[in-house]
Amino acid sequence: MTAVAAIQKAKAALALTSNYAVAYAVKAADVDVVAVYPITPQTTIVEKIAEFVDDGELNADLIHVESEHSAMSAVVGAAAAGARVFTATSSQGLELMHEVLHIASGLRLPVVMAVPARAISAPISIHGDYSDVMNTRDTGWITYIASSAQEVYDTVIQAYKVAETALLPVMVSYDGFLMSHTTEPVELNDEEAVRRFLPRRERPNVLRPEKPITMGAFAMPDWYYEIKYQVQEALASSLKTIEEVDAEYGKAFGRSYGIIQTYRMEDADYAVIAYGGAAFGNAREAVDVARERGIRAGAIRLRVWRPFPADRLLKQLAGVKAFAVIDRAIAFGSPGGGPAFIDVATALYMGGMDVPGLSVIHGIGQRSMYVEDFVKIFEMLKDGERNKVVYMGLRL
Amino acid sequence: MKVIYKAIWDLPVEELFASGHRACAGCGPAIAMRWITKTAGPNTIVVNATGCMEVTTTQYPETAWMVPYLHVAFENAAAAASGVDSAIRVTSKKGLWRSGKTNVIVIAGDGGTYDIGLQSLSGMLERGHHVLYILYDNEAYMNTGIQRSGGTPRYAWTTTTPVGRAIRGKIQAKKDIMGIVMAHRVPYAATASISNIIDMSNKIKTALEYTEEGPTFLHIMAPCPPGWRFPEERTVEAARLAVETGYFPLYEYDHGKIRLNPPTSNMVADPKRRKPLREFLKFQGRFAHLTDAEIGELEKEVVANLEYLAKLASL
Repeated sequence: MTAVAAIQKAKAALALTSNYAVAYAVKAADVDVVAVYPITPQTTIVEKIAEFVDDGELNADLIHVESEHSAMSAVVGAAAAGARVFTATSSQGLELMHEVLHIASGLRLPVVMAVPARAISAPISIHGDYSDVMNTRDTGWITYIASSAQEVYDTVIQAYKVAETALLPVMVSYDGFLMSHTTEPVELNDEEAVRRFLPRRERPNVLRPEKPITMGAFAMPDWYYEIKYQVQEALASSLKTIEEVDAEYGKAFGRSYGIIQTYRMEDADYAVIAYGGAAFGNAREAVDVARERGIRAGAIRLRVWRPFPADRLLKQLAGVKAFAVIDRAIAFGSPGGGPAFIDVATALYMGGMDVPGLSVIHGIGQRSMYVEDFVKIFEMLKDGERNKVVYMGLRL
Repeated sequence: MKVIYKAIWDLPVEELFASGHRACAGCGPAIAMRWITKTAGPNTIVVNATGCMEVTTTQYPETAWMVPYLHVAFENAAAAASGVDSAIRVTSKKGLWRSGKTNVIVIAGDGGTYDIGLQSLSGMLERGHHVLYILYDNEAYMNTGIQRSGGTPRYAWTTTTPVGRAIRGKIQAKKDIMGIVMAHRVPYAATASISNIIDMSNKIKTALEYTEEGPTFLHIMAPCPPGWRFPEERTVEAARLAVETGYFPLYEYDHGKIRLNPPTSNMVADPKRRKPLREFLKFQGRFAHLTDAEIGELEKEVVANLEYLAKLASL
């Protein structure tokens, strides 16, 4: 790299929180309609977008809705009319939207939403965990969980291409506060190049007076099942789209992430599976520490949560003696403790594999997760602890 | 109101709401749908709240709608329409919307407006969207089988306000939805009845023209034969008697000024021209249990409401 090019490259990198990274990605994507409603820790996303719009840097219409239910409803309406849309929320806001999340996928609308993940009431907590995102598991949304501000920026741009190709809504989530309010260097793309990456294409089913269609029809038992099955099929086949878009993005902008991310898994006996920035960051550090202590440790990150990347994950688990899943959410009353553990266990069962695992709940309501906690998980696995739920960091 | 249609033969001929839908015989709201779509014309997007008009007109793979139509859910039609309006405005600016000026019309029932949809309606009105919101009022949750709403009148029987030994029908009065809408200081709001088609069509046309400035609202009286318990051939008569007895006054709110429309204005000028309320109530099963004293009370409320509106109109 020449000195000039290096300077130019350095100039393009800004110090941004993940929330601001989202706002820059939305601007680069030339989004048309943004529904704005505040909730911690999401608020700074829509504040930044409002600045872009009011400064004339983004030609979008802001709809200052009176609730998150209306936020999702407004972007559903705008997407149905052919616009490129965005909204963002967290926690209670995502819960309030829940009804309309199913409708966005049922209507096959390419809505893109950012969700800095946060704990759910009661008791009310503004802090991070993934209880909100996990509650949307069965809504038919493609769901990413990013682990750095750079990845958040890149994933939001990828999300538009994935959504508009798969005709499904896409959620880009990441750690509330630990990422949403943490500043990291983010390399921004040339906006013209992003717009070339995201060309405007007329979608097949939009509200147009020249070609009237009825959207949101009433389906009786003779049709409902088939229509919902199409969502299931679209979601399953979107994994290929997600992979292709990631590769194409990599070619265009030099960064790509894959569906799952692995760390020192090549010869690992024990694997920790995690999602999000803090949990995976700690897991990686713990892998290094555990290996220094003679444990062949490795870590896997689920970058894509829905559709669940079962095949990719099973390949990684094929050679390990035992695994642990770190869940930052509780699946209350379930047999597996945490939502991701349940899915990993199901994937193993469906794949005909029998690998023992530990279900670890941690980081609930942003309870501090320490690297040493994660090292302890590797030690527990090595000591033969299996098939139980561990509530880590809990005071009893 | 802008008088575009003076007589019945002036009204648009083109049908945009197909027959063969599954609404009941004598359905008042279906009559409203026919005239809303005829008057608005083909360059219109309808956003419909969950309710009778949605389930009876869109049974997959058929549809009664010859204009683009969107149904999202029950409580959010105004929010979804805000998105449609916003999309049209911004994509027009960006050269991506090529359909020209397009009407955005919400159609929602009384449950979807007075009750569950009130918040999203208020938000849409406050934000000043270019949307005409049409409330078709059949005075109960008819789609789920006649349950009480905020639009159900006092003493009416519904399945959730049965006529029992201790309590006889609905205890509370009908909510003043027009008052709530007018409090948002929208450019235009009006009441209309499916019995007075020319008045209603002129109001639809006027309301659509004013959406260039901001949100407009129409409250349309649309009786429901099975819900009100009357024979299906008497729907229009029921709507007409609602107007002629003063039970459902016709009036408009136009840029801050309230104007009573005929025949309501006539009965305010000359109370003898108002028919007794009993004529509206007597053939409806939902009011069959009313005593003379109760009818007297309701009549007093009707008169008081007309006096209240007359005062507002004099301001």
